[in-house]
This record gives sequence, structure tokens and C-alpha cells, in this order.
Amino acid sequence: MEWLSLAFMQRALLAALITGVTAPAIGTFLVQRRLSLLGDGLGHLAVAGVGLAFLTGTAPLPMAVAICVLGSIGIEMLRESGRASGDVGLAILFYGGLSGGLLLAGLAGQGAGTLSGYLFGSLLTVNATDLWVIAGLGLVVLVVTLGLLPQLFTVSADEPFARSIGLPARFLNILVVTLAAITVTVSMRTVGLLLVSALMVVPVATANHIVIGFRTGLIASMGFGAVAALSGTIGSYYLNTAPGSLIVVIAIGLFALSWPVSKVLQRRQRPIIEVADAVEPATHELTEAHPHVHSENCGHLPVQHAGHVDYVHDGHRHAAHGDHYDEH
Amino acid sequence: MLVTPVAVAPAVSASAVDVVLNGIPIVRGASLAIAQGEMVAILGNNGSGKTTLMRALMGLVPHRGDIELFGTELGQFRDWGRVGYVPQRGNILVQQATAREVVASGRLGRRRAFMPESASDKAAIAEALMEVGLADRGRYPFVRLSGGQQQRVLIARALATGADLMAWDEPLAGVDRNTQDLLAGVAARLKERGTTIVMVLHELGCFRDLIDRSIILADGRVMPPGYDLHASDHLHDHDHDHPEHDHRAVHGGHEVEEHERPRTHHTGLEVG
Repeated sequence: MEWLSLAFMQRALLAALITGVTAPAIGTFLVQRRLSLLGDGLGHLAVAGVGLAFLTGTAPLPMAVAICVLGSIGIEMLRESGRASGDVGLAILFYGGLSGGLLLAGLAGQGAGTLSGYLFGSLLTVNATDLWVIAGLGLVVLVVTLGLLPQLFTVSADEPFARSIGLPARFLNILVVTLAAITVTVSMRTVGLLLVSALMVVPVATANHIVIGFRTGLIASMGFGAVAALSGTIGSYYLNTAPGSLIVVIAIGLFALSWPVSKVLQRRQRPIIEVADAVEPATHELTEAHPHVHSENCGHLPVQHAGHVDYVHDGHRHAAHGDHYDEH
Repeated sequence: MLVTPVAVAPAVSASAVDVVLNGIPIVRGASLAIAQGEMVAILGNNGSGKTTLMRALMGLVPHRGDIELFGTELGQFRDWGRVGYVPQRGNILVQQATAREVVASGRLGRRRAFMPESASDKAAIAEALMEVGLADRGRYPFVRLSGGQQQRVLIARALATGADLMAWDEPLAGVDRNTQDLLAGVAARLKERGTTIVMVLHELGCFRDLIDRSIILADGRVMPPGYDLHASDHLHDHDHDHPEHDHRAVHGGHEVEEHERPRTHHTGLEVG
């Protein structure tokens, strides 16, 4: 545990933790809008900001935030006007960002080696100033995301309804992409611009396997994100690897583990089917010998009709009747 | 029908409203007034512009002409907590949300940003779920509910707003008989409390006995009272979709069968 006393490890762990909780929080809204890959595109765009910072000799983080936020607002305006539906415009913007960033960095005399610290993260070189910026921006993202959760949820779920109750839909839409852009750039030192999208999507998918509800899912995804980020950082210290890759591999490992859990839970949460015809069979037909006792969680599909519940069993509907089951 | 005092502004009024979407006129010169406390159905065939008219009344699509809600011009109207809109089911993106979370979003017109749900929010949400018979389904994922139950959740979301003007778009589309009866009960109780209700409907169905009057749209225009929507439906006394009508009108092959419908500028591209 000697790493806990190392200043650079303390900074790395804090920065990783901030990324681990903010990326899934805002990612939940992107997944809900079926924009899972937006984070990836914004990451490409942020590369242009880093390249520009190299060329102008300014700090990379604030410049990347500025470029990425501007780009994300442009993307949202395109989406709103319905002109970006073909995806091609977005692709051009994103790859333009990536190639432009590489070009600018090259012009500034910085090779791909320097840039790779931003593409794949370099947690261990996070300095105190970086950490303050990361912490400040992360806090803003979390406060706004959690504070406006119901509003952001509503506008993402059903924009016409959101507008009909007077929510500022346009502002909220821009807010979501702006927060995503900030999160992406804040994460570039931790998991890197090319892998940050994984942390915005994978913990969300994991949480959705295990818990019910939008809010609960968001909180749980932050938990999974934090576990992956912290364990990945510590693990990379021992394995002497780039932390970003290990963080994402662990996040995907958690997702794989959640798969069987979700299968079990799904059996329990199957909807109760309502059969409109409230007719019971005219004849009283007993099932064959039936040692199994049906209950709410027995795994057989419940069907609600005529004021009681039948259970679907090998293609038959069984209704409890005294000490036996009838065929319905 | 009650006589409305002259001093009370109509809940909804529209005069000479045109809506053009993608260059195609969908609603043309529509004028109507719905008094407070009235229950009105907007009827019409597929493509008659009834859903677009309702979206225009909600301020969701650009329009020409004047629309007022409670006597305030739509552009200046800010009292959106008085409006309970139920859009057509199927365009809602919720993979994870519970039924209660969907209903809770109905309170946001009254809830302040960054503030948690108040006791009155919680009470309104619980009451709305109970009103549609889903009190025990609040913690259930919305997407796992049946079509009829999902429709009931969307109605509950509108009820939770506490609005005194309800605007329901096709609340009966694809819902089972139980839900139809239940929604008729909900509408009857709303009407008793004096809530104004406007519904876009394909057929009056279970609301037949509650509706005060119908506004009939054909080809984007409001038809005069007494217009027989189904005169072109031959010998049928029911009205499901008859898409072949439009084809006949367009292709002109059997125009004699289309004589009752005003056939102006049919493009076959009408939007519902």
C-alpha cells in the first residue's frame, strides 16, 4: 500500500475518481437519447483543442474545453434543425477535429508522442493545477446533472411533452451536450480522449442490467464507474500499464459479470399480462399431478384475468383452486 | 351544455390557423373556440391534420394565424401548468424509467429547478397513478408495461400537472377494452370537476356519451357542423383506416367512390 503515500498517486486516484463518477452520470442521458457514440466524437473534437493549445502555447485543458463545448453546441444546433440526421456531417466534424488536432500539434513541433498522453490518458503526470481544474469542472457537471436530473430526463424522454409544460427544451438540450463536452475533456488526462466514451456508456449499461429506474440507474452507474476507475488506477500501478486501458477493461468486465445477474432479475420482473376476456372455462378441468407450487416469483409467466392470476406452465395456464390447479 | 358567461375567455381559440410542414399545407384556415369546461373531440380521417392542429395549439409546430389559450396569445402564454398534454404514444425514449418517474415529470411545470419533490408533488403523483388504476405499478419499468398500461401512465402524467385544460392525442390508439373503460371514467371525473378536455380521436368510442361536440377536420379544414365524416365510408358503419381511399383519389381510377370528400390538392403525402 506504499502507493497511497505517493503524491502523484493521490492526485491520480482523485482525478480517476472524478472521471469515474462524472462520465457515467452524463453518459446516462446520452444512452437514453441513443447517442452513445457522441462522447467518442466529442473526444475527437477535443484533440483539435489540444493541438491548438500546443500551437498557441496555452494550457491544453481550458483550450480543449472551449473547443469541445463550442463544437457540441454546433452539433446540437444541427440536430435540432434536423440537418445532421444523416450522420455524415457529424463524422466530418469529428474526423476533422482529430486530423486538425494532429496537424496543429505537428506544426507546433510536438509529435504524436506528446499527443498520446491526451489520447490515451497519462494519469500519473496530473499536476496540482490540473487536479484543481478537473475537480472544479467535475463538480459543476455533477451538481448540474443531479440537480436538474428530472428536467434533463423529461426533455430527453419526450421533448414535445417537456415543451408543453413550459420547460426550456432548447436550453436543456444544449446543456446536456455541453456537460458531455466538459466531461470528455476533463477525462482526457485520466482515461484519454479515445477511451472516455467507454466510461460514459459501459457503466450505464451495467447499471441498467441490475437496477430499475432512471435515477437509481444513474446513481448505480456512478458507483460502477468509480469502482472501475479506482481499481484500474491501482492495478496499473502494479502492472505498470497505462491506467486508461485497465479502467475500461475493468468496466467491461463488470458489464460482463452483470449479464447473468440481469437474466435472473428479468425472470422475476416479467410483466403481468392482462387478458381482457374475463371468461373462465365452462368445464372444470384439473391439471395432471402438479407438485410445483406457483407463486409470484416462481419463474412461470403470470397472466391476470377474471380477477385472479394464472401461471403459464408448459403452454398451459394453471389457476390455483383449493389444493390443486385448474386448466384455464 | 352550460352557457358560458361572456367574461370568461375560451380555454382554446384559434382563428384562420395555417400549418405548413415541409412545404405541404397540413392545416388550412382552421378556426375554432372551445369554452372552459367543454369536452370536445377533434375527429377526422388519417391525414386530415387533426394531430398537427393539436400540436399547433400546444405551440409545438410553427403556425400562421391566431391561437389563444385562456385568452392569452400563444407566444405570450406562460401558464403551461394549466395544460395537460398527452402526445401520441410511441415517441417516448425511456429504457429504464419507472412508471412513477414518467408520471413525476408531469410536475416539472410547477417544480422549481434544483428543488426536490415537495409533499404536494408526491401526493399528486400518487393520486394520478391511482386515478388510472396503476397505484401498484409505480415502481415498474415503463417499457415493460402493456400498451394500454403505458397509455394510462401518459394520461397520469398529464393528470399530475394539475391542469384545467387537457389535450389528449389519440388516447384510444391501440389500447384494450379495460383501458378504454377506465379512461372514460377518468374523463367523466375530469368533466365533473370542470376541466376542459380536447381529444384527437379516430372514433368517439367509449367517450361517445361524454363528448359535448365534435370538430371535424377533412383535408386540413374544419368542416361545418353536421358534416358526415363517414359518408365516404360506403356501407361500413365503423371507421378503421381506409388507406385505399387516398389512392383512389390520387390515381383517379374510381373517383365515383370518393364523391363526398373534398378533394383538393391530394398529394398522398398527408401527415397525420
